[in-house]
Amino acid sequence: MEVKVGIASFQGDVEEHLAATREALKKLGVKGLVATVKLPEEIESVDAVIIPGGESTVMGRLSSYKKSLDVLKRRIDEGLPVLGTCAGLILLAKRVYDRIVGETGQPVLGVLNILVERNTYGRQRDSFEAQIDVPPLGLNNFRAVFIRAPGILETESDVEILAYFAKRPVAVRQESILGTTFHPELSGSTAFHEELVRLAMGYRSR
Amino acid sequence: MFTLDLISLTLSQREAPGLRIEIIEGLQTRRGSTLVKRGFAHMLKHGVVMDVTNVEQAQIAEDAGAVGVMVLDKLPYDVRKAGGVARTASLKVIEEVLDHVTIPVMAKCRIGHTWEAKVLEESGVDMIDESEVLTPADEERHIWKWDFTTPFVCGARDLGEALRRIEEGASMIRTKGEPGTGNVAEAVKHMRILNNELRKIVVLYEEGDEQELVRAARDLRVSYELVLETARIRRLPVVNFAAGGIATPADAALMMSLGCDGVFVGSGIFKSSDPRARAEAIVIATTYWDKPDIVAEAQKMVDETKAMSGLDLKTLELRMQERGTG
Repeated sequence: MEVKVGIASFQGDVEEHLAATREALKKLGVKGLVATVKLPEEIESVDAVIIPGGESTVMGRLSSYKKSLDVLKRRIDEGLPVLGTCAGLILLAKRVYDRIVGETGQPVLGVLNILVERNTYGRQRDSFEAQIDVPPLGLNNFRAVFIRAPGILETESDVEILAYFAKRPVAVRQESILGTTFHPELSGSTAFHEELVRLAMGYRSR
Repeated sequence: MFTLDLISLTLSQREAPGLRIEIIEGLQTRRGSTLVKRGFAHMLKHGVVMDVTNVEQAQIAEDAGAVGVMVLDKLPYDVRKAGGVARTASLKVIEEVLDHVTIPVMAKCRIGHTWEAKVLEESGVDMIDESEVLTPADEERHIWKWDFTTPFVCGARDLGEALRRIEEGASMIRTKGEPGTGNVAEAVKHMRILNNELRKIVVLYEEGDEQELVRAARDLRVSYELVLETARIRRLPVVNFAAGGIATPADAALMMSLGCDGVFVGSGIFKSSDPRARAEAIVIATTYWDKPDIVAEAQKMVDETKAMSGLDLKTLELRMQERGTG
């Protein structure tokens, strides 16, 4: 069985996720393919998808241009495993607002039952890295990089919290949806990508 | 742990004043670390940063899908026309833009003007562009960018300039091109030179020719360590955008095809008479550059008669790219 993981490559740190996913496949000894996806037909062909870090407004706009956002939403509703990091998490969230300008009205997938505040820690000069624990994935002192990161302000009961920083959730899971407010793809660990590959294998063998 | 050969942290473990260590709820946090600063630039990849001079333009840029805005007092084309000394933008305008858009906000400071940069850092901009579009304040040296928590982007015409800026602490590089001309030729030239010079050191690295790599480092006027790292990862150790003369969707796609990570558009948008459509079209062409049918759709969104009138490079009195090359 060969799994195919797609990296939604509208904008953002696509290549970092390509590299991390390839490494995850190698570590797990899983035969698989990692490809960038932009067009609806490309999104139709994958067993899991990653929405990278970047600017959520830009990704929302560019993925709407060829109706890829609709296809992505339909497939995630049908159970397609997905990992969203930072901007990717914002795109997955049911409700979004910005700390400074308030309601953004930006196009989102609305599949993850959380309320997200954009730029929750402030601007780039307030961006930081810190070591956090992610017990469900067996990670201790994980180097988490928060870049103009969003904050998860509310989670509904079907959302499992995987990690906290300063008492606030920073990594969550809801069935086959994984989301982080930080960038695991920048810190040299493949734990989140390995988890997604495992979900993709389960999804493929349904 | 695996090594991600896209974001290199060599030469960056130094404890510079720009690194701020704090304890939040018993946990150590590090602001302004190299990973945090270079990582910011990685989030801009495949995107378009647009030059703006006021809030209205910034909002048009945001609505069109810009990944960031660069606040200036005058667009580079107008800087050329006005002559005189070009300085950083008014703080009032920068603050207004900061309050009205959700995307990253950048501003330019003069080459070597450490205190203009300090002022910009205080204002809260997300990135500082130490730019040849403004009149250099120091003819000899650039800002020592390790001293800042805010990341910097700098222009370069070749590999040596790019690596020297990185050695000074730049977290991102862009081609210089020739700003304010609407002529993409110089950006193309700078990107091709950079790629060719990169290819040379990669070959030396793969052949294990240490002596020639040391000689290359001398020619490039940077440390051997940085040359070695660049050759090993086969690309610049920081994100590299195209800038200087991009005016159409096809221009943006061309630069992406040469291996740029994204584009800056200066005068190209707001010196045209169809800025809204043009901004949107350039964003689409940058993301879908590898799909010629979509680039054609984007090109159809703009009207060539409404493009900024370009400037011939041979008749230019001021070549901004020749500033700050040391």
